Amino acid sequence: MTFQSILFERTDDSIKKETLEAPVFFVDLNLDQIIDAITVGKQEYNLKPFFYTPLNAIDAIKYRHEIFRDLENKKLFEDIKSFSQKMRTMREHLAKGDKLYYKYQKERWFLETIEIYCDAVNRLFRDLSLADLKSRGFLAFREYLTDYANSERFTSLLAETKKLFDDLSSVKYCMLIKDASIKVRKYASEIDYSAIVEQTFEKFKQGGVKDYRVRFLGGPADMNHVEAAVLDLVAKLYPDTFLYLDNYFVKNSNYLDETIGVFDREIQFYVAYLEFVKTFERAGLKFCYPQISDKSKEVYDYEGFDLALACKLEKSSVVCNDFYLKGKERIFVVSGPNQGGKTTFARTFGQLHYLASIGCPVPGREAQLFLFDRLFTHFEKEEDIKNLRGKLQDDLVRIHSILDQATSDSIIVMNEIFTSTTIQDQIFLSKKLIEKIIGLDLLCVWVTFIDELASFTEQTVSMVSTVVPENPTLRTYKIVRRPADGLAYAIAIAEKYQLTYDDLKERIKS
Amino acid sequence: MKAFLMFRDHDFDLKGKLPSNEQALTQDLELNTVFNSMALGDEFLFEVARRAVLSGLENDLSTILYRQDILRDCLKNPSIVRDIYNVAVEAIGSEKKVYFGYYFSKYPSSILSRSIEVLQIFVVMLKKLKNIADRHAGKFESEGFTTLFTMLKKELSNEYFAIVENHLRELKLRDGVLISAELGEGNKGTNYILRKSQEERQSWIERIFAKKPPVYTFKLHPRDENGARALSELRDRGINLVANALAQSTDHILSFFSMLRMELAFYVGCLNLHVQLTEIGEPVSFPVPVANRERKHSLEGLYDVCLALTMKQKIVGNDMNADSNNLVIITGANQGGKSTFLRGIGLSQLMMQCGMFAPAESFSSNICDCLFTHYKREEDVTMKSGKLDEELSRMSDIVDKITPNSMILFNESFAATNEREGSEIARQIVSALLEKRLKLFFVTHLYEFAHGFVDKKTENAFFLRAERQADGGRTFKLVEGEPLQTSYGEDLYNMIFDDKGTEACSQRNNVE
Repeated sequence: MTFQSILFERTDDSIKKETLEAPVFFVDLNLDQIIDAITVGKQEYNLKPFFYTPLNAIDAIKYRHEIFRDLENKKLFEDIKSFSQKMRTMREHLAKGDKLYYKYQKERWFLETIEIYCDAVNRLFRDLSLADLKSRGFLAFREYLTDYANSERFTSLLAETKKLFDDLSSVKYCMLIKDASIKVRKYASEIDYSAIVEQTFEKFKQGGVKDYRVRFLGGPADMNHVEAAVLDLVAKLYPDTFLYLDNYFVKNSNYLDETIGVFDREIQFYVAYLEFVKTFERAGLKFCYPQISDKSKEVYDYEGFDLALACKLEKSSVVCNDFYLKGKERIFVVSGPNQGGKTTFARTFGQLHYLASIGCPVPGREAQLFLFDRLFTHFEKEEDIKNLRGKLQDDLVRIHSILDQATSDSIIVMNEIFTSTTIQDQIFLSKKLIEKIIGLDLLCVWVTFIDELASFTEQTVSMVSTVVPENPTLRTYKIVRRPADGLAYAIAIAEKYQLTYDDLKERIKS
Repeated sequence: MKAFLMFRDHDFDLKGKLPSNEQALTQDLELNTVFNSMALGDEFLFEVARRAVLSGLENDLSTILYRQDILRDCLKNPSIVRDIYNVAVEAIGSEKKVYFGYYFSKYPSSILSRSIEVLQIFVVMLKKLKNIADRHAGKFESEGFTTLFTMLKKELSNEYFAIVENHLRELKLRDGVLISAELGEGNKGTNYILRKSQEERQSWIERIFAKKPPVYTFKLHPRDENGARALSELRDRGINLVANALAQSTDHILSFFSMLRMELAFYVGCLNLHVQLTEIGEPVSFPVPVANRERKHSLEGLYDVCLALTMKQKIVGNDMNADSNNLVIITGANQGGKSTFLRGIGLSQLMMQCGMFAPAESFSSNICDCLFTHYKREEDVTMKSGKLDEELSRMSDIVDKITPNSMILFNESFAATNEREGSEIARQIVSALLEKRLKLFFVTHLYEFAHGFVDKKTENAFFLRAERQADGGRTFKLVEGEPLQTSYGEDLYNMIFDDKGTEACSQRNNVE
């Protein structure tokens, strides 16, 4: 098997055309925030297209899971990171060198660029050959890398680079600066004057003293015309070395191997995601590789959480939630007090399925998720509630369009739909809608105030947001599987004001 | 080159750690009076005296004797010692006068030229030192001075001065700058090193360039100002290391002078103090320290230096022979000289351990690792429990730090409660400390506590009592004697309320 890509096992899986446009549901599910957080600081790799493209085969997901699992090995992960760091340094060096003006300076920068490249490739080759790899992706890549590192093309590049470095580092010259002239010749073992000075005053040495060496401004890229002129004269002193350098520069303009370059970019998909995951794992939050099915709609996730919310909060205050659907159950109807985490729960469900579909580990201790064909969201936007009739109409149009496109393999996440009408209307429309959804037999999360939906049929499961009984103003953000009786909240408030049945019996003395 | 006048083998550290209870020591023993007399208004002398005295508890026997010998030499040749001190002061002062601003420190060429200037001054000062050594070395006997003078003669030979002056001339670089370099990152020159030809000075550079082809020359256009700047930067890069080496050498010589000054400052302080004590006719003697494991404390004519210096007159001295005693309990008349004696004990111990003379006709004691004072503090007297609390907390701090060879001076400790409780606390504390072989001096009015040790016939306890004459007057002389039940508060009362006693009282207030 020849190596194609660390993201796709077969070429026909790979992205035909990289899209820079996020899927429409990204904003509703806050996936845009998550992907922003993952790719921050990695803009140069342009990773977003990879995160915008879900996979449609279980095996393609497994291909990525295997690679993620390999990268959980700390050593390998660090090796890859250090490779990326070198490649990044190489690109920066190349770009800086391009902007330089003096010939021998420019050529030397190019030489240094290639040295960094050769070092990066060799290190990675050595590291990978020692690594215990299991994934198809890494095994194939290692094979490719081994061939490349041993190829005539690479070994001769390496040898030439090394020879030039050795030659240039053996260059040693003397300048005599007097008035406005500089004479340049080869160095002839004259004595170091500072050593003489140190030796003369050695007897006074008293311990540590201040360092008087002046730090000159400007790095290796800054060269003035006097230095350049001296360099030209030095080149005359060492003509062979500099001729070799000239030729090397011309010959090696296409030094970078394309597959290596692509690997360097694509592996960042994994590196970025794992680094992101680690910030949560340090706070005790869990991630797992979900079981993926394209047949069974029995899904579950234990100790899952909303990644976008977790990015913003103190990691320790993140609330985890469990869910499962069994047998014929397809639809979560989420109700309960406001600000209790209902929308968060709905988003979590959508996020988990999406992240699973791009082959990533997901929040939770253990999960089984469904490989959907399409994911639809319908979230209301408050600022649109100006035109009541128009809004309701708009809602209906959108829902209709979703139902038209949805198949039994789709997922729909709906948040408080039809709020821009009377409660009777809402109940009526909701009941009509849920019948249609049940008819499609697809997975759905529906956040609503309408209790009646919760126990509609055996396909629906009621989930309720909860509060702390002693202090109902405190939300737990726990969403539990429980009949929607609308009581938990009320009782909690009653307890707070000592107005429960028992409280009142106590308080009202005859 | 090292002065080594404070320690045989290492420098005196002006920033070293002082005992954690230095503040209490300074306050309770009124050390600032001694320091001021040593300093005579010179801040530097004050600081050195303070450091030397307070850090003296760390010294071993041989260091004490080493300093005593040097001090003897100083007392014999005070003006020569002050001359050496003044050379060091002058050298340090002239270095400061050579301007060295922030702007200058950015250019190796200015660092280099300043260093040359300073070194030229230092050469003059070093020659002065050398001359003193040549002329007066014979008058000094101590190991410390002999070593110093021998070193000065050996290291600062005329040949050496000639070499240094030659370098200082050449480093003005009038013949141009010869710099070696290599190619670093980006083929930019690096590793610039100023080179000296191995050949004769005269036109050496020209000769090298003449006979070793190929040589290529770059000439700057006369109107190329950027080029001129670049050229001078290149030159600066070349002399960077040598400028650094020279500047550091300057610093080294400066710190030699500083060290010499600092270590001599202690002895100059001793000379100052000696002059004042001689003027008021107080005796001094070189104490005989014994090892810290032994227990010895014998003295004749011991007086409180602070009191003598403050009153500017000779005061009553005390004798004591408490060798092999661990505990000295001092009781007796109020304002009878107990506190003065206790302070004298602390001061003489510190003075001995830092290598000074002792304020006594003769003095010998074992050296101690730490010296603690536990004095009654003049805090709010009405809050008795709070005060006892505070006292015990201080005691606990001391206990955290003591070693078996420590010495503790108690002055009316644990009296912030009734006599019975105070005695019991004191008894328990003192008994425990005695078993650990600590050396304790305890001034107390707690009769029960003090007398308890008489009753028990504690072998290593020694009792001193402030004397009282038959008419109730005091001699300020302590005599060996067991505690008596009253502390003559009645006397004091009578004195204060009796017209005849007024004068005597004010005089005694000075004493206490």
